[in-house]
Amino acid sequence: MSDLIRLSAAELAERIAAKEVSAVEAAQAHLDRIAEVDGAVHAFLHVGTEAALASAALVDEQIAAGQRVSALAGVPLALKDVFTTSDMPTTCGSKILEGWRPPYDATVTTRLRAAGITILGKTNMDEFAMGSSTEHSAYGPTRNPWDLSRIPGGSGGGSAAALAAFEAPLAIGTDTGGSIRQPAAVTGTVGVKPTYGGVSRYGLVACASSLDQGGPCARTVLDAALLHEVIGGHDPLDSTSIDAPVPSVVEAARLGASGDLSGLRVGVVKELGGEGYQPGVRASFDEGLQRLEKLGAEIVEVSCPHFEYGMAAYYLILPSEVSSNLARFDAMRYGLRVQEGASAEEVMALTREAGFGPEVKRRIILGTYALSSGYYDAYYGQAQKVRTLISRDFAAAFAKADVLVSPTAPTTAFPIGEKVDDPLAMYLNDLATIPTNLAGVAGMSVPSGLAAEDGLPVGLQIMAPALGEAVMYRVGAAFEASRVADEGLLIAPEVAK
Amino acid sequence: MSPDSGAISRDEVAHLARLARLAVTDDELDTFAGQLDVILGSVARVGEVAAEDIPPTSHAVPLENVFRPDELRPGLTQEQALAGAPAAEDGRFRVPRILGEEQ
Amino acid sequence: MNTLVDYPSVVERYEPTLGLEVHVELSTNTKMFCGCPTTFGAEPNTQVCPTCLGLPGSLPVVNRTAVESAIRIGLALNCSIAPWGRFARKNYFYPDMPKNFQTSQYDEPICVDGYMDVTLDDGTVVRVGIERAHMEEDTGKSLHVGGATGRIHGADYSLLDYNRAGVPLIEIVTKMIPDTGGRAPEVARAYVTQLRDLISSLGVSDVRMDQGSMRCDVNLSLSPAGSGVLGTRTETKNVNSLRSVERAVRYEMSRQAGVLDAGGEIVQETRHFEEQSGTTRAGRRKETSEDYRYFPEPDLVPIAPSAEWVEELRGTLPEKPWERRARIQQAWGLSDEELRDLVNAGALDLIEATVAAGAPAGEARSWWVAYLAQQANSRSVELAELPITPAQVARVIALVAAGDLNNKLARQVVDGVLAGEGEPDAVVESRGLKVVSDDGALIAAVDEALAAQPDVADKIRSGKVQAAGAIVGAVMKATKGQADAKRVRELIIERCG
Repeated sequence: MSDLIRLSAAELAERIAAKEVSAVEAAQAHLDRIAEVDGAVHAFLHVGTEAALASAALVDEQIAAGQRVSALAGVPLALKDVFTTSDMPTTCGSKILEGWRPPYDATVTTRLRAAGITILGKTNMDEFAMGSSTEHSAYGPTRNPWDLSRIPGGSGGGSAAALAAFEAPLAIGTDTGGSIRQPAAVTGTVGVKPTYGGVSRYGLVACASSLDQGGPCARTVLDAALLHEVIGGHDPLDSTSIDAPVPSVVEAARLGASGDLSGLRVGVVKELGGEGYQPGVRASFDEGLQRLEKLGAEIVEVSCPHFEYGMAAYYLILPSEVSSNLARFDAMRYGLRVQEGASAEEVMALTREAGFGPEVKRRIILGTYALSSGYYDAYYGQAQKVRTLISRDFAAAFAKADVLVSPTAPTTAFPIGEKVDDPLAMYLNDLATIPTNLAGVAGMSVPSGLAAEDGLPVGLQIMAPALGEAVMYRVGAAFEASRVADEGLLIAPEVAK
Repeated sequence: MSPDSGAISRDEVAHLARLARLAVTDDELDTFAGQLDVILGSVARVGEVAAEDIPPTSHAVPLENVFRPDELRPGLTQEQALAGAPAAEDGRFRVPRILGEEQ
Repeated sequence: MNTLVDYPSVVERYEPTLGLEVHVELSTNTKMFCGCPTTFGAEPNTQVCPTCLGLPGSLPVVNRTAVESAIRIGLALNCSIAPWGRFARKNYFYPDMPKNFQTSQYDEPICVDGYMDVTLDDGTVVRVGIERAHMEEDTGKSLHVGGATGRIHGADYSLLDYNRAGVPLIEIVTKMIPDTGGRAPEVARAYVTQLRDLISSLGVSDVRMDQGSMRCDVNLSLSPAGSGVLGTRTETKNVNSLRSVERAVRYEMSRQAGVLDAGGEIVQETRHFEEQSGTTRAGRRKETSEDYRYFPEPDLVPIAPSAEWVEELRGTLPEKPWERRARIQQAWGLSDEELRDLVNAGALDLIEATVAAGAPAGEARSWWVAYLAQQANSRSVELAELPITPAQVARVIALVAAGDLNNKLARQVVDGVLAGEGEPDAVVESRGLKVVSDDGALIAAVDEALAAQPDVADKIRSGKVQAAGAIVGAVMKATKGQADAKRVRELIIERCG
């Protein structure tokens, strides 16, 4: 394995800036890696070779000319196929958008390009971001580099797998109910869901508008922080984006790496981590708590009693918003069109039937139901009230603790096919991550180790108040530094050759 | 249809699918009806929470009055707009005959 | 086949309840939620962007000026302005709506509970309650191809242009208007006319029914006289002129009476007004009544106009058109009929502007309603379209007052201005139209005329001064009308001793 692909993004960026390695070399090394392993992993739906090399070449020119380049210039990145890119297809893992070339770039895409980051290609995902295993992609599943017979998590399994397989040192995902954090947990990588409104949604194909958030994915906390500062910040094109500076997460990550958490209160959420959690996951979590204490943090127990209604509220709000957001896919202006000669109404219905997968259809139907007159108050209306109660639980908890922690996901990576036909079983993967999306607060997953029973990665979830990412990154960096010092980097054995 | 029972019939699923412009097959109807019934039973739990005086959240982070000035911003060319169109004619999107009336 | 009951019989036995919904297209520079232009008549699909095309990933941002216009309309209608409210999605599928939902306002409209006092021709005042006014976006335009009449029925396919999609609309809904009896058609027309004038005075819309910037839907129900039971109402669309408003109400009253007389029931439905025949016909019967599954728009944040902002906007409201007319009527001493004639001729603004430019009201009025009205008629244009400005008319009046022109010459000057020869002074110069005030020249002309008509001269000498008229005429002819008639008369009397 070429050394270049084993470097973190921060290390690679330094070498590129120091002209020890060219951006083109870095890009090529990762493109070669993709060619080598992606047949097995299937993290990528599209690799934009020419554009990537051209982008890298431009960075090399700028560096050669002595121009100032950004902190991550020339570093390759894998972009979840839910962000619009004008030079590459954007499918959202769906047949209904097969081959669709958007006429505009997402704000996130624009910011990545402006930072000189080399976008290698678009990664696989559960269709329209609905799923926890990437098995609902219309283009076939992505496989976990830790065990190719297992899921890499979802909906952003492609991005996480690309990192774990060293196909890219950076990736972008989106998190609506855990779609960045849960894949990070089951692939042994780092994933962050910023505060809602912290990263622009312009050009992020909407799943649940009030829950979606784009975020950085990497193999280290510092890399995620560097990427966070590139993509975060106010966007006048997104009315829901927050007009405040991006929290100083890089500074916080560097501070955290010193490993001292004295004075910090870490709250363990009583309702997350009990029943339904795999023993190895709980054991790893307990070890994690001990480690935090060792670093000087005070562990306190907090209770968030309405978290147990989080799943129910989520699976009412999300489908409702989805049923409306996905109505635009009607074969009239772009995307798949099935059967000419019939009426517009028929073409719409036949196209949507052919173009959407079962999970998407289920959620559209459920959402249509929940918004129907007569049911709105009991379902969507009530769910939005439960959401308020969950926010209040967080507020009360954050009065007692600076960050909250839990296991990120109830289980390690399960085998492909095991849960795909049982929607409810699949939904349970999001138990611990959903509350943060409902409340709009920040959350991240960092590797906490491997589960004893199966040797598969487990993630520690760290949560912070809205716009409180700095303390979250600090704790994550400290935890990471300590764990890596003791146990070493987590490297997926299957593709480590 | 009480939210507590969570029961959703095959006919209801068929009706919802029509509303959502999804031409589901009979097999799908059977499968979905069963699955949705289970899911609804689970999500109906939200009804257990006493929330009469609780205001609903529609935005996690409280923002208000986000506006833009009434100023032009460059858009798409006609070519770009029609680029993905399944069918186009004379600079317009061509769609099959529409049965319903305008609203 | 509809049986129509003759109108007096309808009025005798039924009471109409009227409701009017008016959509006003705002004349903002850009659309409601994006920066695309709103100008009419551009090439199809050249005034679009990802947002108004509803492309995947696009997001709306509210046009501040549209909100101001909405508030000003509400204030002019004596509404309360909601201190907090949200946009909502109205979900239904139709190819002219790119997102297959319309971003509108549902249960939180920005303006509520107002009124407008509508004055009918005979001076009766009807207070029409305003239920609400809210903001929403317009749809695209469809062309139906293949059918006989370009109508949707029998068309083979349709062509969509989204230039109009996203243009701001304000929907104004009246409360039910009862107790209008046989005058319902008149009231409806007067309401729409007056509303148009009001909104026009605010400068927020062109309010041209013939161009679609003002659209009216008429709701009507009948109840048997004295029963106190409200009937079922129908909604009639496609009412494209003030006259059509009146005709639609009248027709619906007769049609519904016919149904009720025959023991039938009124179907709650949407009907279409047919311009040619002045009738209404039923729309396509829908399978199920539409459930729009409204929910608050998650991509937008609430609108919370401060009291200060509302008061600031209140300060920008101009005098209401009817208040202005009342003021002018008093100031100029006009009878109701005279005022109405002026208003109907479209002369009021022009006269006021002429007065503002320095002319006395009586003179200004007489020029516009007499000579200029004739000119307009003969050219088949509106008064306002004549190529002469109020300022120019004022100048002509001033020249007459100064004695530089007499009325006949003044008309020639006006002709010159209308012919594009330039400003009044320039026309006087180039055509040599100045009144001859040189006594010498006049005396010569007077003497010549007297010599030519000795018997008239004798009559004058003998004291019949009226006879001087013929000499005046002769002198005017000789001087090509450029003599000051008054002075000529004086000279004649003088010369005759």
